[in-house]
Amino acid sequence: MIALGIIGGYLALLLALGLFSSRLFRGTREDYMLASHSIGPYLLLMSLFGTTMTAFALVGSTGEAFRQGIGVYGMLASSSGIVHSLCFFLIGIKLWTLGRKYGYTTQIEFFRDRLGNRNIGLLLFPIIVGLVIPYLLIGVLASGSVINGVTRGAFPEVFAETGGGVPPWLASLVICCVVLIYVFFGGMRGTAWANTFQTSVFMILGIVTFVVIANGIGGQGSLLANMQSATAKVADLHPDKLTQEGISQFKFATYLLIPLSVGMFPHVFQHWLTARSAESFKLPVVAHPLFIMIVWAPCILVGVWATSATLDGVLIVPPNTPPNQELATIVKALAGDVLGGLLTAGILAAIMSSLDSQFLCIGSIFTNDIVLHHWGKERFSEKQMVLMARLFVVAVVAVTYCLSLFEPRSVFAMGIWCFSGYTGLFPLAFACLYWRRLTVAGAYASVIAMAASWIWFFTQSQFGMNRGYSVDVQLFGQELHMMPVLPITVIATVCLIAVSLVTSPPDEAHVRRFFSDAQS
Amino acid sequence: MKYAIWIGLALLLILHQDFWFWNDGSLLMGFLPVGMAYQIGISIAAAVLWWLATRYCWPDVDIHDRADVVEEGRL
Repeated sequence: MIALGIIGGYLALLLALGLFSSRLFRGTREDYMLASHSIGPYLLLMSLFGTTMTAFALVGSTGEAFRQGIGVYGMLASSSGIVHSLCFFLIGIKLWTLGRKYGYTTQIEFFRDRLGNRNIGLLLFPIIVGLVIPYLLIGVLASGSVINGVTRGAFPEVFAETGGGVPPWLASLVICCVVLIYVFFGGMRGTAWANTFQTSVFMILGIVTFVVIANGIGGQGSLLANMQSATAKVADLHPDKLTQEGISQFKFATYLLIPLSVGMFPHVFQHWLTARSAESFKLPVVAHPLFIMIVWAPCILVGVWATSATLDGVLIVPPNTPPNQELATIVKALAGDVLGGLLTAGILAAIMSSLDSQFLCIGSIFTNDIVLHHWGKERFSEKQMVLMARLFVVAVVAVTYCLSLFEPRSVFAMGIWCFSGYTGLFPLAFACLYWRRLTVAGAYASVIAMAASWIWFFTQSQFGMNRGYSVDVQLFGQELHMMPVLPITVIATVCLIAVSLVTSPPDEAHVRRFFSDAQS
Repeated sequence: MKYAIWIGLALLLILHQDFWFWNDGSLLMGFLPVGMAYQIGISIAAAVLWWLATRYCWPDVDIHDRADVVEEGRL
Protein backbone atom coordinates (compact mmCIF):
# COMPACT_ATOMS: atom_id res chain seq x y z
CA MET A 1 0.00 0.00 0.00
CA ILE A 2 2.85 2.40 0.92
CA ALA A 3 4.65 1.41 -2.30
CA LEU A 4 1.54 2.21 -4.32
CA GLY A 5 1.25 5.59 -2.59
CA ILE A 6 4.85 6.45 -3.52
CA ILE A 7 4.26 5.39 -7.13
CA GLY A 8 1.09 7.54 -7.19
CA GLY A 9 3.03 10.50 -5.78
CA TYR A 10 5.70 10.12 -8.43
CA LEU A 11 3.12 10.04 -11.21
CA ALA A 12 1.50 13.20 -9.79
CA LEU A 13 4.91 14.91 -9.79
CA LEU A 14 5.36 14.05 -13.46
CA LEU A 15 1.97 15.48 -14.31
CA ALA A 16 2.90 18.68 -12.51
CA LEU A 17 6.12 18.90 -14.53
CA GLY A 18 4.17 18.47 -17.77
CA LEU A 19 1.69 21.15 -16.77
CA PHE A 20 4.48 23.54 -15.76
CA SER A 21 6.33 23.10 -19.06
CA SER A 22 3.04 23.73 -20.90
CA ARG A 23 3.18 27.30 -19.57
CA LEU A 24 6.23 27.79 -21.76
CA PHE A 25 4.46 26.31 -24.80
CA ARG A 26 4.47 28.85 -27.64
CA GLY A 27 1.32 27.44 -29.23
CA THR A 28 2.94 26.51 -32.54
CA ARG A 29 3.33 23.13 -34.17
CA GLU A 30 7.11 23.56 -34.28
CA ASP A 31 7.34 24.30 -30.59
CA TYR A 32 5.07 21.34 -29.76
CA MET A 33 7.08 18.91 -31.91
CA LEU A 34 10.65 20.26 -31.74
CA ALA A 35 10.75 22.61 -28.72
CA SER A 36 11.74 25.37 -31.18
CA HIS A 37 15.25 23.82 -31.55
CA SER A 38 16.20 25.06 -28.09
CA ILE A 39 17.69 21.95 -26.47
CA GLY A 40 21.30 22.24 -25.25
CA PRO A 41 23.93 19.50 -24.64
CA TYR A 42 22.81 18.34 -21.19
CA LEU A 43 19.10 18.12 -21.98
CA LEU A 44 19.93 16.47 -25.32
CA LEU A 45 22.08 13.84 -23.58
CA MET A 46 19.44 13.09 -20.98
CA SER A 47 16.52 13.04 -23.40
CA LEU A 48 18.37 10.89 -25.98
CA PHE A 49 19.57 8.50 -23.31
CA GLY A 50 16.19 8.36 -21.57
CA THR A 51 14.53 7.70 -24.91
CA THR A 52 16.85 4.88 -25.95
CA MET A 53 16.89 3.22 -22.51
CA THR A 54 13.49 1.63 -22.31
CA ALA A 55 11.87 -1.09 -20.28
CA PHE A 56 14.08 -3.24 -22.48
CA ALA A 57 17.17 -1.91 -20.67
CA LEU A 58 15.97 -2.48 -17.11
CA VAL A 59 13.21 -5.08 -17.05
CA GLY A 60 14.26 -6.88 -20.25
CA SER A 61 18.00 -7.00 -19.55
CA THR A 62 17.50 -8.29 -16.00
CA GLY A 63 15.12 -10.99 -17.24
CA GLU A 64 17.40 -12.02 -20.07
CA ALA A 65 20.48 -12.15 -17.82
CA PHE A 66 18.40 -14.34 -15.50
CA ARG A 67 18.06 -16.78 -18.41
CA GLN A 68 21.30 -16.36 -20.38
CA GLY A 69 23.85 -14.96 -17.92
CA ILE A 70 26.45 -12.21 -18.31
CA GLY A 71 26.68 -12.56 -22.11
CA VAL A 72 23.68 -10.24 -22.39
CA TYR A 73 25.91 -7.27 -21.48
CA GLY A 74 28.19 -7.84 -24.47
CA MET A 75 25.26 -8.62 -26.77
CA LEU A 76 23.58 -5.29 -26.29
CA ALA A 77 25.18 -2.92 -23.77
CA SER A 78 28.79 -2.59 -24.88
CA SER A 79 27.79 -2.94 -28.53
CA SER A 80 25.21 -0.15 -28.10
CA GLY A 81 27.86 2.03 -26.49
CA ILE A 82 29.91 1.82 -29.67
CA VAL A 83 27.14 1.81 -32.27
CA HIS A 84 24.65 4.33 -30.79
CA SER A 85 27.32 7.01 -30.58
CA LEU A 86 28.41 6.07 -34.10
CA CYS A 87 24.84 6.71 -35.27
CA PHE A 88 24.69 10.06 -33.43
CA PHE A 89 27.99 10.98 -35.05
CA LEU A 90 27.45 9.74 -38.61
CA ILE A 91 23.68 10.11 -38.98
CA GLY A 92 22.48 12.46 -36.23
CA ILE A 93 24.69 15.47 -36.92
CA LYS A 94 24.17 15.26 -40.68
CA LEU A 95 20.40 14.96 -40.31
CA TRP A 96 20.34 17.81 -37.83
CA THR A 97 22.21 19.98 -40.34
CA LEU A 98 19.83 19.11 -43.16
CA GLY A 99 16.86 19.46 -40.81
CA ARG A 100 17.87 23.00 -39.88
CA LYS A 101 18.66 23.85 -43.48
CA TYR A 102 15.40 22.62 -44.95
CA GLY A 103 13.12 22.81 -41.89
CA TYR A 104 12.21 19.16 -41.42
CA THR A 105 10.08 18.05 -38.50
CA THR A 106 9.96 14.32 -39.14
CA GLN A 107 12.05 11.56 -40.63
CA ILE A 108 9.61 10.98 -43.51
CA GLU A 109 9.86 14.64 -44.54
CA PHE A 110 13.59 14.13 -44.95
CA PHE A 111 13.23 10.94 -47.02
CA ARG A 112 10.57 12.52 -49.20
CA ASP A 113 12.74 15.52 -49.92
CA ARG A 114 16.00 13.60 -50.35
CA LEU A 115 14.47 11.10 -52.76
CA GLY A 116 12.36 13.71 -54.54
CA ASN A 117 9.34 11.46 -54.23
CA ARG A 118 6.03 12.56 -52.72
CA ASN A 119 4.75 9.06 -51.99
CA ILE A 120 7.66 7.38 -50.17
CA GLY A 121 5.91 8.43 -46.95
CA LEU A 122 2.90 6.30 -47.80
CA LEU A 123 5.18 3.25 -47.81
CA LEU A 124 7.29 4.24 -44.80
CA PHE A 125 4.46 5.48 -42.58
CA PRO A 126 2.74 2.12 -41.93
CA ILE A 127 6.12 0.40 -41.47
CA ILE A 128 7.48 2.97 -39.04
CA VAL A 129 4.25 3.09 -37.03
CA GLY A 130 3.91 -0.70 -37.24
CA LEU A 131 7.39 -1.09 -35.74
CA VAL A 132 6.73 1.55 -33.08
CA ILE A 133 3.75 -0.44 -31.79
CA PRO A 134 5.84 -3.39 -30.47
CA TYR A 135 8.23 -0.81 -29.04
CA LEU A 136 5.34 0.87 -27.20
CA LEU A 137 4.09 -2.54 -26.20
CA ILE A 138 7.39 -3.20 -24.42
CA GLY A 139 6.78 -0.22 -22.14
CA VAL A 140 3.09 -0.88 -21.62
CA LEU A 141 3.63 -4.57 -20.78
CA ALA A 142 6.60 -3.90 -18.51
CA SER A 143 4.85 -1.15 -16.53
CA GLY A 144 1.90 -3.46 -15.85
CA SER A 145 4.17 -6.34 -14.81
CA VAL A 146 6.35 -4.20 -12.55
CA ILE A 147 3.48 -2.52 -10.68
CA ASN A 148 1.71 -5.86 -10.32
CA GLY A 149 4.92 -7.45 -9.03
CA VAL A 150 5.63 -4.89 -6.29
CA THR A 151 2.04 -4.55 -5.10
CA ARG A 152 1.38 -8.30 -4.81
CA GLY A 153 -0.30 -9.11 -1.53
CA ALA A 154 -1.33 -5.49 -0.84
CA PHE A 155 -4.98 -5.98 -1.87
CA PRO A 156 -5.73 -9.67 -1.22
CA GLU A 157 -9.51 -9.28 -1.49
CA VAL A 158 -9.94 -6.65 -4.19
CA PHE A 159 -7.43 -8.14 -6.60
CA ALA A 160 -7.47 -11.80 -5.55
CA GLU A 161 -6.99 -13.06 -9.11
CA THR A 162 -3.66 -11.25 -9.55
CA GLY A 163 -2.08 -12.32 -6.28
CA GLY A 164 -3.45 -9.31 -4.40
CA GLY A 165 -1.48 -6.92 -6.64
CA VAL A 166 -2.79 -4.19 -8.92
CA PRO A 167 -3.74 -6.05 -12.14
CA PRO A 168 -1.34 -5.42 -15.03
CA TRP A 169 -4.19 -4.15 -17.25
CA LEU A 170 -5.08 -1.44 -14.72
CA ALA A 171 -1.47 -0.46 -14.01
CA SER A 172 -0.68 -0.21 -17.75
CA LEU A 173 -3.80 1.89 -18.32
CA VAL A 174 -2.80 4.39 -15.60
CA ILE A 175 0.75 4.68 -16.97
CA CYS A 176 -0.54 5.26 -20.53
CA CYS A 177 -2.89 7.99 -19.28
CA VAL A 178 -0.19 9.77 -17.25
CA VAL A 179 2.26 9.81 -20.17
CA LEU A 180 -0.45 10.92 -22.59
CA ILE A 181 -1.41 13.82 -20.33
CA TYR A 182 2.07 15.23 -19.88
CA VAL A 183 2.93 14.77 -23.55
CA PHE A 184 -0.30 16.55 -24.52
CA PHE A 185 0.32 19.49 -22.24
CA GLY A 186 4.07 19.79 -22.55
CA GLY A 187 4.79 18.64 -26.13
CA MET A 188 8.47 18.16 -26.96
CA ARG A 189 9.63 20.64 -24.32
CA GLY A 190 7.67 18.81 -21.62
CA THR A 191 8.98 15.51 -22.95
CA ALA A 192 12.61 16.68 -22.88
CA TRP A 193 12.23 18.02 -19.33
CA ALA A 194 10.36 14.94 -18.13
CA ASN A 195 12.99 12.72 -19.78
CA THR A 196 15.82 14.59 -18.07
CA PHE A 197 14.07 14.33 -14.73
CA GLN A 198 13.16 10.67 -15.22
CA THR A 199 16.60 9.70 -16.54
CA SER A 200 18.18 11.19 -13.42
CA VAL A 201 15.61 9.36 -11.27
CA PHE A 202 16.16 5.96 -12.84
CA MET A 203 19.95 6.24 -12.86
CA ILE A 204 20.13 7.24 -9.19
CA LEU A 205 17.46 4.78 -8.06
CA GLY A 206 19.00 2.10 -10.26
CA ILE A 207 22.24 2.34 -8.29
CA VAL A 208 20.28 2.35 -5.01
CA THR A 209 18.37 -0.75 -6.19
CA PHE A 210 21.64 -2.48 -6.97
CA VAL A 211 23.08 -1.76 -3.52
CA VAL A 212 19.87 -2.80 -1.74
CA ILE A 213 19.62 -6.05 -3.69
CA ALA A 214 23.32 -6.88 -3.22
CA ASN A 215 23.05 -6.26 0.52
CA GLY A 216 19.81 -8.24 0.70
CA ILE A 217 21.29 -11.27 -1.05
CA GLY A 218 24.71 -11.19 0.59
CA GLY A 219 23.81 -10.54 4.22
CA GLN A 220 27.44 -9.57 5.01
CA GLY A 221 28.98 -6.47 6.56
CA SER A 222 30.10 -4.49 3.51
CA LEU A 223 28.83 -3.93 -0.03
CA LEU A 224 31.90 -5.63 -1.54
CA ALA A 225 31.44 -8.68 0.72
CA ASN A 226 27.76 -8.80 -0.23
CA MET A 227 28.51 -8.69 -3.94
CA GLN A 228 31.12 -11.40 -3.50
CA SER A 229 28.65 -13.53 -1.57
CA ALA A 230 25.91 -13.03 -4.20
CA THR A 231 28.27 -14.06 -7.01
CA ALA A 232 29.60 -17.01 -4.99
CA LYS A 233 26.07 -18.41 -4.77
CA VAL A 234 25.80 -18.24 -8.57
CA ALA A 235 29.22 -19.88 -8.94
CA ASP A 236 27.92 -22.77 -6.81
CA LEU A 237 24.51 -23.24 -8.44
CA HIS A 238 24.74 -21.84 -11.98
CA PRO A 239 28.41 -21.32 -12.94
CA ASP A 240 27.43 -21.20 -16.63
CA LYS A 241 25.67 -17.86 -15.96
CA LEU A 242 29.06 -16.28 -15.14
CA THR A 243 30.45 -17.06 -18.59
CA GLN A 244 29.16 -16.79 -22.15
CA GLU A 245 28.96 -20.54 -22.43
CA GLY A 246 25.99 -21.70 -24.45
CA ILE A 247 25.82 -18.50 -26.53
CA SER A 248 26.75 -19.02 -30.16
CA GLN A 249 29.75 -16.82 -31.01
CA PHE A 250 28.43 -16.04 -34.46
CA LYS A 251 25.00 -15.17 -33.09
CA PHE A 252 26.72 -12.89 -30.56
CA ALA A 253 28.50 -11.12 -33.44
CA THR A 254 25.24 -10.61 -35.32
CA TYR A 255 23.83 -8.81 -32.27
CA LEU A 256 26.18 -5.95 -33.20
CA LEU A 257 23.72 -4.96 -35.91
CA ILE A 258 20.81 -4.48 -33.49
CA PRO A 259 21.93 -1.08 -32.09
CA LEU A 260 22.07 0.35 -35.65
CA SER A 261 18.30 0.60 -35.22
CA VAL A 262 18.87 3.85 -33.34
CA GLY A 263 19.79 5.47 -36.65
CA MET A 264 16.24 4.87 -37.87
CA PHE A 265 14.17 5.35 -34.70
CA PRO A 266 11.71 8.10 -35.63
CA HIS A 267 11.61 9.43 -32.06
CA VAL A 268 15.40 9.68 -31.89
CA PHE A 269 15.39 11.55 -35.21
CA GLN A 270 12.96 14.04 -33.71
CA HIS A 271 15.13 14.47 -30.61
CA TRP A 272 18.15 15.13 -32.85
CA LEU A 273 16.23 17.97 -34.49
CA THR A 274 15.55 19.63 -31.14
CA ALA A 275 19.28 20.37 -30.68
CA ARG A 276 20.22 24.02 -30.42
CA SER A 277 23.46 23.50 -32.38
CA ALA A 278 25.69 20.73 -33.73
CA GLU A 279 27.94 21.29 -30.71
CA SER A 280 25.09 20.01 -28.53
CA PHE A 281 25.78 16.52 -29.89
CA LYS A 282 29.29 16.29 -28.41
CA LEU A 283 28.21 15.45 -24.87
CA PRO A 284 25.70 12.71 -25.92
CA VAL A 285 28.27 11.14 -28.30
CA VAL A 286 30.88 10.82 -25.52
CA ALA A 287 28.71 10.12 -22.47
CA HIS A 288 26.23 7.69 -24.02
CA PRO A 289 28.48 4.56 -23.74
CA LEU A 290 29.21 5.37 -20.09
CA PHE A 291 25.56 5.97 -19.25
CA ILE A 292 24.63 2.64 -20.85
CA MET A 293 27.27 0.96 -18.72
CA ILE A 294 25.98 2.61 -15.53
CA VAL A 295 22.45 1.33 -16.20
CA TRP A 296 23.11 -2.07 -17.77
CA ALA A 297 25.96 -3.46 -15.64
CA PRO A 298 23.94 -3.45 -12.36
CA CYS A 299 20.86 -4.86 -14.15
CA ILE A 300 22.85 -7.74 -15.63
CA LEU A 301 24.48 -8.57 -12.30
CA VAL A 302 21.10 -8.47 -10.52
CA GLY A 303 19.62 -10.77 -13.19
CA VAL A 304 22.51 -13.23 -12.77
CA TRP A 305 22.38 -13.08 -8.97
CA ALA A 306 18.61 -13.68 -9.10
CA THR A 307 19.22 -17.18 -10.50
CA SER A 308 20.67 -18.33 -7.18
CA ALA A 309 19.58 -15.80 -4.54
CA THR A 310 17.64 -17.26 -1.63
CA LEU A 311 15.68 -15.88 1.29
CA ASP A 312 15.17 -18.23 4.22
CA GLY A 313 16.41 -21.07 2.03
CA VAL A 314 13.87 -20.44 -0.74
CA LEU A 315 14.75 -19.11 -4.21
CA ILE A 316 13.61 -15.48 -4.41
CA VAL A 317 12.98 -15.65 -8.15
CA PRO A 318 11.84 -19.17 -9.08
CA PRO A 319 12.84 -20.43 -12.54
CA ASN A 320 9.21 -20.38 -13.68
CA THR A 321 8.74 -16.66 -12.90
CA PRO A 322 6.59 -15.06 -15.63
CA PRO A 323 8.52 -13.00 -18.19
CA ASN A 324 9.23 -9.36 -17.22
CA GLN A 325 8.62 -9.97 -13.48
CA GLU A 326 12.12 -10.98 -12.37
CA LEU A 327 13.24 -7.47 -11.34
CA ALA A 328 9.96 -6.59 -9.61
CA THR A 329 9.99 -9.89 -7.72
CA ILE A 330 13.48 -9.41 -6.32
CA VAL A 331 12.83 -5.73 -5.49
CA LYS A 332 9.68 -6.67 -3.60
CA ALA A 333 11.45 -9.43 -1.69
CA LEU A 334 14.53 -7.46 -0.66
CA ALA A 335 13.47 -3.81 -0.35
CA GLY A 336 11.05 -2.51 2.27
CA ASP A 337 7.76 -0.88 1.28
CA VAL A 338 9.13 2.66 1.09
CA LEU A 339 12.27 1.73 -0.78
CA GLY A 340 10.30 -0.71 -2.96
CA GLY A 341 7.96 2.12 -3.96
CA LEU A 342 10.88 4.42 -4.78
CA LEU A 343 12.68 1.74 -6.77
CA THR A 344 9.53 0.97 -8.71
CA ALA A 345 9.16 4.67 -9.46
CA GLY A 346 12.69 4.51 -10.89
CA ILE A 347 11.81 1.58 -13.14
CA LEU A 348 8.64 3.34 -14.29
CA ALA A 349 10.70 6.46 -14.98
CA ALA A 350 12.80 4.52 -17.47
CA ILE A 351 9.71 3.09 -19.12
CA MET A 352 7.86 6.39 -19.36
CA SER A 353 10.86 8.35 -20.60
CA SER A 354 10.67 6.29 -23.79
CA LEU A 355 6.91 6.08 -24.13
CA ASP A 356 6.56 9.87 -24.13
CA SER A 357 8.95 10.43 -27.04
CA GLN A 358 7.35 7.64 -29.03
CA PHE A 359 3.84 9.03 -28.44
CA LEU A 360 4.89 12.49 -29.51
CA CYS A 361 6.78 11.25 -32.54
CA ILE A 362 4.02 9.17 -34.07
CA GLY A 363 1.62 12.08 -33.64
CA SER A 364 4.08 14.33 -35.46
CA ILE A 365 4.54 11.87 -38.33
CA PHE A 366 0.80 11.44 -38.80
CA THR A 367 0.13 15.19 -38.82
CA ASN A 368 3.06 16.18 -41.03
CA ASP A 369 3.40 13.30 -43.40
CA ILE A 370 -0.11 12.10 -43.91
CA VAL A 371 -2.62 14.84 -43.11
CA LEU A 372 -0.74 18.05 -43.94
CA HIS A 373 1.25 16.62 -46.81
CA HIS A 374 -1.69 15.05 -48.60
CA TRP A 375 -4.47 17.50 -47.68
CA GLY A 376 -2.51 20.76 -47.53
CA LYS A 377 -1.19 22.94 -44.68
CA GLU A 378 -3.38 25.90 -45.51
CA ARG A 379 -6.57 24.01 -44.62
CA PHE A 380 -5.69 23.74 -40.94
CA SER A 381 -4.84 26.15 -38.12
CA GLU A 382 -1.88 25.50 -35.77
CA LYS A 383 -4.34 24.44 -33.04
CA GLN A 384 -6.05 21.98 -35.36
CA MET A 385 -2.70 20.45 -36.31
CA VAL A 386 -1.74 19.90 -32.67
CA LEU A 387 -5.21 18.43 -32.00
CA MET A 388 -4.83 16.00 -34.90
CA ALA A 389 -1.45 14.84 -33.62
CA ARG A 390 -2.98 14.23 -30.19
CA LEU A 391 -5.98 12.30 -31.51
CA PHE A 392 -3.78 10.02 -33.60
CA VAL A 393 -1.57 9.32 -30.59
CA VAL A 394 -4.65 8.36 -28.55
CA ALA A 395 -5.71 5.95 -31.32
CA VAL A 396 -2.27 4.28 -31.47
CA VAL A 397 -2.04 4.04 -27.68
CA ALA A 398 -5.51 2.47 -27.60
CA VAL A 399 -4.43 -0.17 -30.15
CA THR A 400 -1.19 -0.85 -28.25
CA TYR A 401 -3.05 -1.09 -24.97
CA CYS A 402 -5.53 -3.59 -26.42
CA LEU A 403 -2.63 -5.70 -27.77
CA SER A 404 -1.04 -5.67 -24.31
CA LEU A 405 -4.11 -7.46 -22.94
CA PHE A 406 -3.27 -10.59 -24.92
CA GLU A 407 -0.81 -13.21 -23.74
CA PRO A 408 2.30 -11.34 -22.53
CA ARG A 409 5.50 -11.75 -24.57
CA SER A 410 9.02 -11.32 -23.24
CA VAL A 411 10.02 -7.65 -23.30
CA PHE A 412 13.47 -8.65 -24.46
CA ALA A 413 12.24 -10.76 -27.39
CA MET A 414 9.75 -8.08 -28.48
CA GLY A 415 12.46 -5.44 -28.33
CA ILE A 416 14.81 -7.48 -30.48
CA TRP A 417 12.15 -7.91 -33.19
CA CYS A 418 11.31 -4.24 -33.18
CA PHE A 419 14.98 -3.18 -33.33
CA SER A 420 15.68 -5.70 -36.12
CA GLY A 421 13.06 -3.99 -38.29
CA TYR A 422 14.55 -0.54 -37.74
CA THR A 423 18.05 -1.87 -38.42
CA GLY A 424 16.71 -3.23 -41.73
CA LEU A 425 15.79 0.37 -42.63
CA PHE A 426 19.22 1.68 -41.64
CA PRO A 427 20.80 1.09 -45.11
CA LEU A 428 18.25 3.53 -46.52
CA ALA A 429 19.11 6.25 -43.98
CA PHE A 430 22.82 5.72 -44.54
CA ALA A 431 22.54 5.71 -48.35
CA CYS A 432 20.42 8.88 -48.31
CA LEU A 433 23.25 10.69 -46.53
CA TYR A 434 26.32 9.10 -48.09
CA TRP A 435 25.47 7.66 -51.51
CA ARG A 436 24.57 10.06 -54.32
CA ARG A 437 23.68 7.21 -56.68
CA LEU A 438 20.70 6.06 -54.56
CA THR A 439 17.50 6.12 -56.61
CA VAL A 440 13.83 6.22 -55.65
CA ALA A 441 13.35 2.70 -57.01
CA GLY A 442 16.31 1.50 -54.93
CA ALA A 443 14.75 3.05 -51.82
CA TYR A 444 11.36 1.44 -52.48
CA ALA A 445 12.98 -1.94 -53.18
CA SER A 446 14.99 -1.78 -49.95
CA VAL A 447 12.00 -0.87 -47.77
CA ILE A 448 9.74 -3.51 -49.35
CA ALA A 449 12.47 -6.18 -49.07
CA MET A 450 13.04 -5.29 -45.42
CA ALA A 451 9.32 -5.49 -44.62
CA ALA A 452 8.82 -8.77 -46.49
CA SER A 453 11.85 -10.49 -44.94
CA TRP A 454 10.98 -9.18 -41.45
CA ILE A 455 7.43 -10.55 -41.73
CA TRP A 456 8.78 -13.89 -43.01
CA PHE A 457 11.22 -14.37 -40.13
CA PHE A 458 8.74 -13.06 -37.55
CA THR A 459 6.18 -15.62 -38.76
CA GLN A 460 8.84 -18.35 -38.59
CA SER A 461 9.48 -17.44 -34.93
CA GLN A 462 5.78 -18.03 -34.17
CA PHE A 463 5.19 -14.29 -33.92
CA GLY A 464 7.96 -13.81 -31.37
CA MET A 465 6.82 -16.67 -29.12
CA ASN A 466 9.97 -18.68 -29.88
CA ARG A 467 12.41 -16.67 -27.73
CA GLY A 468 15.54 -18.46 -28.88
CA TYR A 469 14.74 -18.22 -32.60
CA SER A 470 17.76 -17.92 -34.87
CA VAL A 471 18.42 -18.33 -38.57
CA ASP A 472 20.67 -21.37 -39.01
CA VAL A 473 22.84 -21.97 -42.06
CA GLN A 474 25.39 -24.63 -42.93
CA LEU A 475 28.74 -23.16 -43.97
CA PHE A 476 31.90 -25.23 -44.54
CA GLY A 477 30.34 -28.13 -42.67
CA GLN A 478 29.60 -25.95 -39.66
CA GLU A 479 26.19 -24.79 -38.51
CA LEU A 480 26.05 -21.04 -37.97
CA HIS A 481 23.32 -19.47 -35.83
CA MET A 482 22.49 -15.86 -36.54
CA MET A 483 19.94 -13.29 -35.45
CA PRO A 484 17.34 -12.57 -38.16
CA VAL A 485 18.60 -8.99 -38.22
CA LEU A 486 21.59 -10.10 -40.32
CA PRO A 487 19.67 -11.59 -43.29
CA ILE A 488 17.08 -8.78 -43.08
CA THR A 489 19.76 -6.09 -43.30
CA VAL A 490 21.71 -7.90 -46.02
CA ILE A 491 18.57 -8.37 -48.15
CA ALA A 492 17.58 -4.70 -47.70
CA THR A 493 21.10 -3.52 -48.58
CA VAL A 494 21.47 -5.76 -51.65
CA CYS A 495 18.09 -4.64 -52.99
CA LEU A 496 18.95 -0.98 -52.37
CA ILE A 497 22.27 -1.18 -54.22
CA ALA A 498 21.21 -3.50 -57.05
CA VAL A 499 17.99 -1.66 -57.92
CA SER A 500 19.68 1.76 -57.66
CA LEU A 501 22.43 0.66 -60.05
CA VAL A 502 20.06 -0.72 -62.68
CA THR A 503 17.77 2.33 -62.65
CA SER A 504 18.51 5.81 -64.01
CA PRO A 505 20.69 7.97 -61.76
CA PRO A 506 18.89 10.72 -59.82
CA ASP A 507 18.98 14.35 -60.93
CA GLU A 508 22.44 15.65 -59.94
CA ALA A 509 21.21 19.18 -59.17
CA HIS A 510 18.66 17.78 -56.72
CA VAL A 511 21.12 15.40 -55.06
CA ARG A 512 23.74 18.14 -54.62
CA ARG A 513 21.45 19.88 -52.10
CA PHE A 514 22.09 17.06 -49.62
CA PHE A 515 25.85 16.70 -49.81
CA SER A 516 28.58 18.63 -48.08
CA ASP A 517 29.42 20.89 -50.97
CA ALA A 518 25.94 22.40 -50.61
CA GLN A 519 25.43 22.28 -46.86
CA SER A 520 27.46 25.19 -45.61
CA MET B 1 44.12 11.49 -36.72
CA LYS B 2 40.84 10.91 -38.54
CA TYR B 3 42.14 7.61 -39.89
CA ALA B 4 43.40 6.60 -36.46
CA ILE B 5 39.91 7.12 -35.03
CA TRP B 6 38.25 5.02 -37.73
CA ILE B 7 40.87 2.28 -37.35
CA GLY B 8 40.27 2.44 -33.59
CA LEU B 9 36.55 2.01 -34.18
CA ALA B 10 37.12 -1.05 -36.39
CA LEU B 11 39.46 -2.49 -33.77
CA LEU B 12 36.93 -1.91 -31.01
CA LEU B 13 34.22 -3.69 -33.01
CA ILE B 14 36.55 -6.67 -33.50
CA LEU B 15 37.67 -6.71 -29.86
CA HIS B 16 34.02 -6.60 -28.79
CA GLN B 17 33.75 -10.21 -29.97
CA ASP B 18 35.84 -11.30 -26.90
CA PHE B 19 38.22 -14.01 -28.08
CA TRP B 20 39.79 -14.53 -24.67
CA PHE B 21 37.25 -14.80 -21.86
CA TRP B 22 34.27 -16.52 -23.52
CA ASN B 23 34.29 -19.56 -21.22
CA ASP B 24 36.37 -18.08 -18.42
CA GLY B 25 34.43 -18.08 -15.16
CA SER B 26 37.12 -16.40 -13.02
CA LEU B 27 36.14 -13.36 -10.99
CA LEU B 28 37.66 -9.91 -10.58
CA MET B 29 37.58 -8.58 -7.01
CA GLY B 30 35.73 -11.74 -6.14
CA PHE B 31 32.40 -10.68 -7.63
CA LEU B 32 32.73 -9.48 -11.25
CA PRO B 33 32.95 -12.22 -13.92
CA VAL B 34 35.99 -11.53 -16.09
CA GLY B 35 33.94 -11.79 -19.32
CA MET B 36 31.69 -9.01 -18.11
CA ALA B 37 34.61 -6.92 -16.85
CA TYR B 38 36.09 -7.17 -20.34
CA GLN B 39 32.89 -5.86 -21.91
CA ILE B 40 32.73 -3.02 -19.35
CA GLY B 41 36.26 -2.17 -20.52
CA ILE B 42 34.91 -2.03 -24.09
CA SER B 43 32.23 0.46 -22.95
CA ILE B 44 34.88 2.69 -21.37
CA ALA B 45 37.12 2.40 -24.44
CA ALA B 46 34.13 3.42 -26.60
CA ALA B 47 33.65 6.60 -24.54
CA VAL B 48 37.36 7.44 -24.92
CA LEU B 49 37.26 6.78 -28.65
CA TRP B 50 34.20 9.03 -29.11
CA TRP B 51 35.81 11.74 -27.02
CA LEU B 52 38.79 11.63 -29.41
CA ALA B 53 36.37 11.71 -32.35
CA THR B 54 34.68 14.86 -31.03
CA ARG B 55 38.11 16.47 -30.67
CA TYR B 56 39.73 15.45 -33.93
CA CYS B 57 36.96 14.40 -36.37
CA TRP B 58 34.20 16.82 -35.59
CA PRO B 59 32.39 17.79 -38.81
CA ASP B 60 32.46 21.39 -39.92
CA VAL B 61 28.91 22.59 -39.36
CA ASP B 62 28.20 26.30 -39.45
CA ILE B 63 24.42 26.44 -39.30
CA HIS B 64 23.18 28.29 -36.23
CA ASP B 65 20.13 30.30 -37.07
CA ARG B 66 17.36 28.54 -38.87
CA ALA B 67 15.81 31.78 -40.09
CA ASP B 68 18.86 32.24 -42.30
CA VAL B 69 19.00 28.80 -43.72
CA VAL B 70 15.58 27.32 -44.41
CA GLU B 71 15.27 26.92 -48.15
CA GLU B 72 12.12 26.77 -50.14
CA GLY B 73 11.16 24.30 -52.82
CA ARG B 74 11.32 21.03 -50.92
CA LEU B 75 8.68 18.36 -51.39
